[in-house]
Amino acid sequence: MGIRQWVEGWPVYRQLTGADRLGLGAAAQSDRSKRLRARTEDADSVVQSVCPYCAVGCGQRVYVKDGAVSQIEGDPDSPISRGRLCPKGSASKQLVTSPNRVDRVLYRRPYGTEWESLPLDTAMDMIADRVIKTRRETWEDTDENGVRLNRTEGIASLGGATLDNEENYLMKKLYTSLGAVQIENQARI
Amino acid sequence: MAECHPVGFQWVMEAKNRGAKIIHVDPRFTRTSALAHEHVGLRAGSDIAFLGGLINYVLSNGKEFRDYVVAYTNAGAILREDFADTEDLDGLFSGFNPETGEYDVESWAYEGGSDETLEHPRCVFQVLKRHYARYTPEVVADICGVSPEQFLDVAEAITANSGRRRTTAWVYSVGWTHHTVGVQYIRAASILQLLLGNIGRPGGGILALRGHASIQGSTDIPTLFNILPGYIPMPHAHQHLDLDMFVGLDAGKTGFWGNMRSYVVSLLKAWWGEHATAENDFRFDHLPRLTGDHGTYQTVYNQLSGKCKGYFLAGENPAVGSANGKLQRLGMANLDWLVVRDMQLIESATFWQDGPEIATGELASEEIGTEVFFLPAASHVEKDGSFTNTQRLLQWHHKAVEPPGDARSELWFYYHLGRLIRDKLRDSTDPRDVPLRELTWSYPTHGPTDEPDAESVLAEINGSGPDGPLATFTALADDGSTSCGCWIYCGVYADGHNHAADRVPGAKQDWVASRWAWAWPSNRRILYNRASADPDGNPWSERKRYVWWDAEKGTWISPDVPDFEATKPPDYTPPAGARAQDALSGSDPFIMQADGKAWLFAPAGLTDGPLPTHYEPHESPVDNPLYTQQANPARQTFGGEHNRYNPVANEIYPYVFTTYRLTEHHTAGGMSRGLPYLSELQPEFFCEVSPQLAEETGLEHGGWATIISARTAIEARVLVTERIKPLRVRGRTIHQVGLPYHWGSNGLSTGDSANDLLSVVLDPNVHIQEAKAATCDIRPGRRPRGAALPELVREYQRRAGVEGSEA
Repeated sequence: MGIRQWVEGWPVYRQLTGADRLGLGAAAQSDRSKRLRARTEDADSVVQSVCPYCAVGCGQRVYVKDGAVSQIEGDPDSPISRGRLCPKGSASKQLVTSPNRVDRVLYRRPYGTEWESLPLDTAMDMIADRVIKTRRETWEDTDENGVRLNRTEGIASLGGATLDNEENYLMKKLYTSLGAVQIENQARI
Repeated sequence: MAECHPVGFQWVMEAKNRGAKIIHVDPRFTRTSALAHEHVGLRAGSDIAFLGGLINYVLSNGKEFRDYVVAYTNAGAILREDFADTEDLDGLFSGFNPETGEYDVESWAYEGGSDETLEHPRCVFQVLKRHYARYTPEVVADICGVSPEQFLDVAEAITANSGRRRTTAWVYSVGWTHHTVGVQYIRAASILQLLLGNIGRPGGGILALRGHASIQGSTDIPTLFNILPGYIPMPHAHQHLDLDMFVGLDAGKTGFWGNMRSYVVSLLKAWWGEHATAENDFRFDHLPRLTGDHGTYQTVYNQLSGKCKGYFLAGENPAVGSANGKLQRLGMANLDWLVVRDMQLIESATFWQDGPEIATGELASEEIGTEVFFLPAASHVEKDGSFTNTQRLLQWHHKAVEPPGDARSELWFYYHLGRLIRDKLRDSTDPRDVPLRELTWSYPTHGPTDEPDAESVLAEINGSGPDGPLATFTALADDGSTSCGCWIYCGVYADGHNHAADRVPGAKQDWVASRWAWAWPSNRRILYNRASADPDGNPWSERKRYVWWDAEKGTWISPDVPDFEATKPPDYTPPAGARAQDALSGSDPFIMQADGKAWLFAPAGLTDGPLPTHYEPHESPVDNPLYTQQANPARQTFGGEHNRYNPVANEIYPYVFTTYRLTEHHTAGGMSRGLPYLSELQPEFFCEVSPQLAEETGLEHGGWATIISARTAIEARVLVTERIKPLRVRGRTIHQVGLPYHWGSNGLSTGDSANDLLSVVLDPNVHIQEAKAATCDIRPGRRPRGAALPELVREYQRRAGVEGSEA
């Protein structure tokens, strides 16, 4: 390394002679940090998304590398959030990749003390059977005066505010056709 | 707002930088207070007294925006002679039946006629004036613990900043709704904002900041018991025997609800397709009927009694997030089956294994018969779909990756569950199964998991007619020629284009940013924005110009979409016999109301009074200085040995507590306590207490406290802070305890659940629990373990003389 290179490698020199007089950017950069690349740069794809936490609706950009989410950033195009995310939104990659996330069906039989595993298809079939059975057993055609009720109070559902409009729509539509009326979500609390 | 909606708060900071005065009214001192010009620390549960004081200040000083009030509100409407106010009846309005605890609302209706001078003694304006006359700065101080000087500062600031040239905005959240008078809190703010002319104008409004990504969407397209999509009520067994009665009773004959039959028929066509015909009332009888309150707390009581046997949880964690967690867990322990859909093993999925009642011995795993299915859910980046944010904006999020393992979207789960059930019932001849068998349930699927196409569902929600996707709800018909899954969302898929996915960058648009996503209805960004112009159609001022009438072009002009018929002139007068929107004049901005006016006084629609008035919370340390009537007489109470109430002004439970949220966690913690970053940022449950309360009770900063109510006792780390200040109320010092409610026993950051302390006592209009004001005791040290915990709770009950049924 020549003496000139050595002097120019000195941050204070760069700060005094270059454009970055406050020493907050290029002047303070080391060779190592100069070589660092954001993992967003080599993403295979990026899609526009929306933060899943509160209802402000901040824009997100989801970066994908090798089929997995590699980073989630604020979307600067959003007129709502202008690229910013709060601590929760900034942490939302961990919501997707959290080591605590459960990705297999778990089953607890009546009076059981431990979880068991169950294939998804089997679970779906068992749940469909239970809905049909409970609905039959608890059906109310009319009240005591013969007024039409056409419903069951045997089946209830809670949740929806973290879900998509399209999901809430299918939920309300299916439950209503089943005659289930006790359909509720976080808006009630 | 800085605490729970931090990125939205950047716009408050923008306003502050441009000279706006920021006032934070909250029992808590938060990151919002730190950035506000003024923090008004009032007693939890006293806001109607505070807002009533502001209304009284406006009315008694003639500070109302008179032209706006006369033209756009029902201030001049004359009330009936038999209407009696709480000021006449010591805290009751006319019509109260003490035996049922309900009001007969007939006497609240208009007599007919209107007095534009607002002088008639029975006009709404004069009734309002008399009703709030007692809400003086001194009474506000006595109830809220806010000094008259500070109160007057706020009153002067908001009145100086309202009128033709200026507007004031109010922003609220569940701190206003979680009360036995929650709806009346919002009504009080509405009255104030209407008197000041701050509704339908830029920079005005009453803005609800909601806490979940699509809690607005799940209200519009409701997973709620009492409504159908687009705020159409669910039919009631006794009132709605057929479609004619349903529409006839609930539709306003005037205003846009006058088209309710079109909205309902189009919904029935979306659900039952070709089977819904004019001859069979469009299958109106396929809809199940309500007979009363079927809300989430009534459901829990139905679980406890054995009536409700099967339960789906879809991204909600009632064991931590709902009031009185023990009731929730006991209800779930009494089910036949429970399906939990979530990304993490939330407390509501594991109550049978490691819930608090297992630890105390009140429940034992091997005695709980509930069959539990845990089905992993897909995250927001693993599916396509739209969220509706707190300002009614539908924003599409695109799928980035496939969900892992067995994880699936709710779209997948409900579509395939419906498909399986329909398949199993395809040969059924049972008439009960006809609504299922006739249901339109055919959506294209794709990919390795047969995921339904979310855009095809959005297209059904948008609706279609003979010429394809509909552009706006005014195209809906009542003859069965159109179908529409949610009339207020009609237009989001106009021309077969997904407008929720519109993404013209904010920097490349004007400030209204109409081409980023899509707002209901009809992409209108400010509701009732016709009110931003005067009755003649001119802006109230150049400074607040937003919508105005262009007589030459014969149309309304705005950077937004006018919330008004585009070519209806300001001088339009309805012809005799006109109906629906044609019956409203060109100067009636509130187009969903039957009279086109905003209601200072609510002649219909509320169960607990036409005007907000101060009642104490159900659990309060003080008496109500205004009336003998202590609390909302129509509030919903529940019984049972696990839902006992702390008596009023009881020395055993002497302190007020309020629950709230922190920036770093989300609601009941299912989406935050399993995340390493967030758990590190807020690792532990704590309580906030003032130095004076710490001194009085021997609490040490960083030590443990046990907090006790008639429901349970919990423990928390103690945070002694001057953010909490003792208040002078009714001549006494009142201490408040602050409790963030995010914690439970699962995840990386664990702790007791603050909501376990709460009772179930509800607002009678919307069945929301009083989570923001209750009473407790607090003492140093950790809570007892095992059976000693319920014993401590019972000991307190005995000492306090708590009575309650065992049923």
